[in-house]
Amino acid sequence: MNAPLALLQAKDFKSDTKPVWCPGCGDYSVLSAITKALATLALRPENVAVVSGIGCSSRIPAYTRCYGFHGVHGRALPAATGLKVARPDLTVLVASGDGDGYSIGGNHFLHACRRNVDLTYIVMDNHVYGMTKGQPSPTTEPDWSSKLAPGGTGLREFHPLVIALASGANFIARAFSGDPNGCAALIAEAVRHPGFSFIEVLSPCVTFRPEQRGWKDQVHPAPVAPTDDPGRAARRLMTDDGFNIGVLYQGRRPPYAARASGSAGSVNDLEKAFQL
Amino acid sequence: MRHIAAMRDSVSLALAGSGGAGVMTAGNMLLEAAALAGCYGLMTRSSGPQIRGGEAAAMLRLATFPTDAQEDRCHVLAAIDWQNVARFAAEIPLAPQSLLVGDPARGEPPDGFLKSGARYVPVPLKKLAGEIQGAWPNMVALGVLGGLVGLPAQALEAAARKSMKKGLDAGIAALRAGFAFPLPDDFVLEKPKAGGARWLITGNEAAGYGALRGGVRFVAAYPITPATELLEWFAPALARVGGSLVQAEDELASINMALGASFGGVPSLTATSGPGLSLMTEALGLGVAAEIPVVVVDVMRTGPSTGIATKTEQADLNIAFYGMHGDAPHVVVAPNSIPDCIAATEWAVGLAESLQVPAIVLSDQYFGQARAVIDAPPVSGERREREKAKANGTYSRYAMTPSGVSPMAIPGTPGCTYTADGLEHNERALPSSQAGDHQAQMDKRARKLAQLDPGERWASIEGEGDTAVITFGSCTGAVREALAGKPIRIVSLRLLSPAQPGKLKKALEGVKRVIVVEQNHSGQFLRYLRSEYELPADVRSLRRPGPLPFRPQEIAGAIA
Repeated sequence: MNAPLALLQAKDFKSDTKPVWCPGCGDYSVLSAITKALATLALRPENVAVVSGIGCSSRIPAYTRCYGFHGVHGRALPAATGLKVARPDLTVLVASGDGDGYSIGGNHFLHACRRNVDLTYIVMDNHVYGMTKGQPSPTTEPDWSSKLAPGGTGLREFHPLVIALASGANFIARAFSGDPNGCAALIAEAVRHPGFSFIEVLSPCVTFRPEQRGWKDQVHPAPVAPTDDPGRAARRLMTDDGFNIGVLYQGRRPPYAARASGSAGSVNDLEKAFQL
Repeated sequence: MRHIAAMRDSVSLALAGSGGAGVMTAGNMLLEAAALAGCYGLMTRSSGPQIRGGEAAAMLRLATFPTDAQEDRCHVLAAIDWQNVARFAAEIPLAPQSLLVGDPARGEPPDGFLKSGARYVPVPLKKLAGEIQGAWPNMVALGVLGGLVGLPAQALEAAARKSMKKGLDAGIAALRAGFAFPLPDDFVLEKPKAGGARWLITGNEAAGYGALRGGVRFVAAYPITPATELLEWFAPALARVGGSLVQAEDELASINMALGASFGGVPSLTATSGPGLSLMTEALGLGVAAEIPVVVVDVMRTGPSTGIATKTEQADLNIAFYGMHGDAPHVVVAPNSIPDCIAATEWAVGLAESLQVPAIVLSDQYFGQARAVIDAPPVSGERREREKAKANGTYSRYAMTPSGVSPMAIPGTPGCTYTADGLEHNERALPSSQAGDHQAQMDKRARKLAQLDPGERWASIEGEGDTAVITFGSCTGAVREALAGKPIRIVSLRLLSPAQPGKLKKALEGVKRVIVVEQNHSGQFLRYLRSEYELPADVRSLRRPGPLPFRPQEIAGAIA
């Protein structure tokens, strides 16, 4: 028998790699929240995988001491889906941002919600492409002026939570990076919830969107308890002010199950179909 | 007992008709009956652009020897009806000695066929079927063709019993009526020699089966012609061996799913065709950089763009070799026969796993959708596997090793956590923009392939002579047949990349003239050979694009 493993603390899930993020970036707190949640869940780093695409937030895997997968832009969810289906024993977190997750990876977002594989999808939303230095993303306000879109895009914002609900996500929450403990509790709850769990984290970009420092004064706990009624959740999400923090929808859909047979047969058994 | 003047060792037949006439069903039964009678054979198919229904043609070659090439001429074209069947004239080349079998009630054969000089033999298929309640003309045609080539009635009936779920009695009665119809006897097959066990398999099924033999247990699937049947074959097969298949939302997802699963330690694959491979190239580069094994079977079709989705071409060499940005060494393998779709795909899985690289398998529509009678393949040889890291405290994922291959930690292994990254990195897998790390990692990734010893499997080498044909893939069958018995060497490359210049040099010893045979417009294979290999001064190119497969005479004529 192996000796029982000592419980780990949040710091045991942090690597000693120095993040590339700007001082004051909200993503530092999201990293802390993830490591706190993993410690709370009493997981071992080798049994957790953190999967990401490209962008500031997608740098997170290497800053943890878990197994990490820093893939190509927009494709974190498919990589995580393949990993979780092939290795259901692992706890798989997916980290993304508003550009990576909602723009280039938008199609995968819809289908990951619909497929309902047991993943926890954490999107750090700062309404801007930070790594490429300040272009509008799908969640940027229409009048936000930038070099690429002088005077603003004139396009209405994408509503990730409504889209997640419409696409079949099983758990939908909004968190704020400025409250790492609250954020950690939501991540832990999302990991525990079976199926595809989506957490939109408001994570300010102090470099290109310094006005987002004001988010700390705008956020507030959601005034109502989570619902499992998609109709009610839709009404709430469509009418909320964008700063309700908490679990906003908690569905009961059974998670994706790979259609594997009970026992693994031999490959040679497949020959029979070809034999005359 | 009929007296037969001369029997043949090979007969080519086509069965055509409009949608719903059941030509594919009858064609498959004829192939199976021939197999049950001890013959080898091949069936390819052609159909119109309609999603469902529409004219279709089953093209069969039955022979006393294994083959996956079509012959120069079709001996017998039988049509249930002639509606739109003229569109197949280029695919069904007839000769004055050929027979045209058709139902006089459905009109005369089209001029496109008659101008070949082929003899027209009217057979009242519909009338014969009409005399049996619940019978269909395709079963009469099956009996007619089976009788023409001299297959035993029992074999035809056994094939019908295996595939007909309903209307069996009527089907067998119709088959017998066709079988008894008096016809010329100049297309009778010799009695085949007794042989070992045989399989009936398509190239797509063969690639799928080879992948599972190689250890693949995860497949991500996005439908695309002509790879769809391969993906569909995997769904129940993987479930039976304890693996899993996910239908992806697009090819960007399918390749990334496969990479994610392989990162998790499970050998993984996806299959696609040209348009899908184009979408996958970015992620294949990730597989190279992060050293994640993955296999992509590209069932090539006519390009560029949507091209001719249902027809064959060997024109994805450029993208397979050079599609990725940056310097991205990886493996490209091409099966050169339908049975080799099993062996080559199995081998590609082993190469991907043992070298921790993406491997592209270049099959094509001709192989993929053709069904053939093959000798039961030998059991797998030695399997090449992924080297996995054991638990330790000082793990370096991309450690420098003489072979370039470093042990890969699989999630769940304590003390070895790392982040697989498309960013350039150092030995410890930490992102690095240092020139030294970039150079060292580039050298390491190149070294893995440079040090590969592929053994004898890198090519099939046959024949002797001072002229050599270099080819690959589905051209090989037609080349073999064209050059049988001639003093010409054939080198059919199976391992396309990494190139093996030393091995080819040895294979070409004494060769003064080389002809490179490939099925694409620009000579992609020849350009690749010129860039990677030393060739004799006299090099000629025999090439043309799809969609029609090469026939032996086309090759023999060009080489004479």
